[in-house]
Amino acid sequence: MPLTPLSRERVIVALVLCSTASSLLLMLGAHDHALAQASAFGSRGGAQPSTGLIGWMFAKQAEFYREMSGVIRAAKTDGTAVWTLLAISFVYGIFHAAGPGHGKAVISSYLVANEETWRRGIVLSFASALLQALVAVTIVGIAAALLNATAGQMCSAERVIEVVSYALIALVGVRLIWVKGRGFLHAARGLARPLHAVGAAVTPSHDHKHDHHHGHHDHGHHHHDHHHDHDDEHASAWGHAHGPEPEELAGPGGWRRGLSAIVAVGLRPCSGAIIVLVFALAQGLFWAGVAATFVMGLGTAITVALIATLAVAFRSAAKQIAASRSGYGMLMLRGVEVGAAVLVLCFGVLLLTGYMVAERGACF
Amino acid sequence: MFGAFMMRILPTLVAALAGLLIAGGVASAHPHVWVTMKSSVVYGPDGAAIGVRHSWKFDDMYSAFAIQGLDHKDKDNFTSEELQPLAKVNVESLKEYDFFTFAKADNKKAEFTDPVDYHLDFNAKDTVLTLHFLLPFKTPVKSKTLRLEIFDPEYFVDFELDPVDPVALDHPPAGCELTLGKPQELTAEMARKLAEIPPDGKIPTESYGAAFANKIMVRCP
Repeated sequence: MPLTPLSRERVIVALVLCSTASSLLLMLGAHDHALAQASAFGSRGGAQPSTGLIGWMFAKQAEFYREMSGVIRAAKTDGTAVWTLLAISFVYGIFHAAGPGHGKAVISSYLVANEETWRRGIVLSFASALLQALVAVTIVGIAAALLNATAGQMCSAERVIEVVSYALIALVGVRLIWVKGRGFLHAARGLARPLHAVGAAVTPSHDHKHDHHHGHHDHGHHHHDHHHDHDDEHASAWGHAHGPEPEELAGPGGWRRGLSAIVAVGLRPCSGAIIVLVFALAQGLFWAGVAATFVMGLGTAITVALIATLAVAFRSAAKQIAASRSGYGMLMLRGVEVGAAVLVLCFGVLLLTGYMVAERGACF
Repeated sequence: MFGAFMMRILPTLVAALAGLLIAGGVASAHPHVWVTMKSSVVYGPDGAAIGVRHSWKFDDMYSAFAIQGLDHKDKDNFTSEELQPLAKVNVESLKEYDFFTFAKADNKKAEFTDPVDYHLDFNAKDTVLTLHFLLPFKTPVKSKTLRLEIFDPEYFVDFELDPVDPVALDHPPAGCELTLGKPQELTAEMARKLAEIPPDGKIPTESYGAAFANKIMVRCP
């Protein structure tokens, strides 16, 4: 039986939703954990079989990390070793970020849920990675260097930060669901209504204004006006489009909206950075550790930005599909947004409750 | 029309998905702690295995992290007494990870209880810590085969066997044999071969040992 356009669309909607969810879960490394679990007494055991490019990358990553200690030691007598340290840290950051981590998953879901430009995706990635480096340096700088705290005390601090970070992720998810859920309902209601009905242009605008005050506090009133000025748009392929255009969101002051996501993701420091910093401190070269941590963050940012760009591309592909169909297509796009928002909340809740483990704290 | 649209959009979609999936596929383990291990299976007078004695040497970076802020008299060294509180914390927190030690006696899971006889020592020359502890079985094990695996399922900790005498049997009954498997010996080819169990059900010994990553196998008569 040939697929009708509508059922074809349904298939696409389903595929888009499933692939979003599964890629995000994959990114989180959930599959890896599952494999590892299954491997107890299985054929894989504790070691990761190193095959192909990915195996090579991981072997390299481990090598780089281990080389750091030797290079930091060497830097005590040979200043040029610091350059080697920075180079190693940079490459390590790039590779390391490709591993499991909730940061990428949260940022990607956030970008799928929100209409963002790729530029903003990249800014978001860099800001969160650099914040992560800053938090690691601050913890070790204050706790270890100034207060001579023990590893256990630093881990307690790390755990508190971790809980705050996960709670923030859950909150960002809740806010997104609130905003995106309303968008979805508008789209659904819009479908049930004749396209040129007079009320259609008024009611959603009212709701949108409401939405604007509680959720997107910064897209400005012009968007509200936009709907009155373009009533005809409701008859366009976009149906009852309430998704703000990218240019509007990326406008001046728009970056503040992403701040919650940056903080939620960047607050939790990388355990590896903390260990390297403490080691550098013990070697009397704390500043070298600080430099290495920031360069590592730069490397991490590049990988995360790449994944963020893909998430933005993915979303714009979904939007293009949506644009090809009036009404129903918009509903699909709103559905994808809600799905991504739910994922963000899920990440927050699962991380908080310990059902999902990001990276183990330095005191394992 | 829809078809033409799909043709236009498909490359983007596929590229995005492929990217996400590659990113997912890359998601793998990333150790931050390296342990060089030496272990021995300890037997009681009646020939039953009573536990596993581990000596885990940590890498210098993790060692530096672990000793940060601890009081010690000699500025370049630590005594085991000074490290005892840390050793206690270590063995207690290892419980959450099942001590990274998984045992099967005659193919049945054997449980461990809390470690005893634990202490840390510090090598001032290499600035590394070694954690020593005895991990007792809940009930002493008398079996034809005893399989031990030492690894971290999340691979935060990388365990490697010490190049010199990594595993020993401590007062084993006569005729017990020890086989070791190192992780790097498991190749894709080996995995494929192992999947094919020969018709007679006998697995060649050499591939058997190699297949078990960081695995200790003790066969007793």
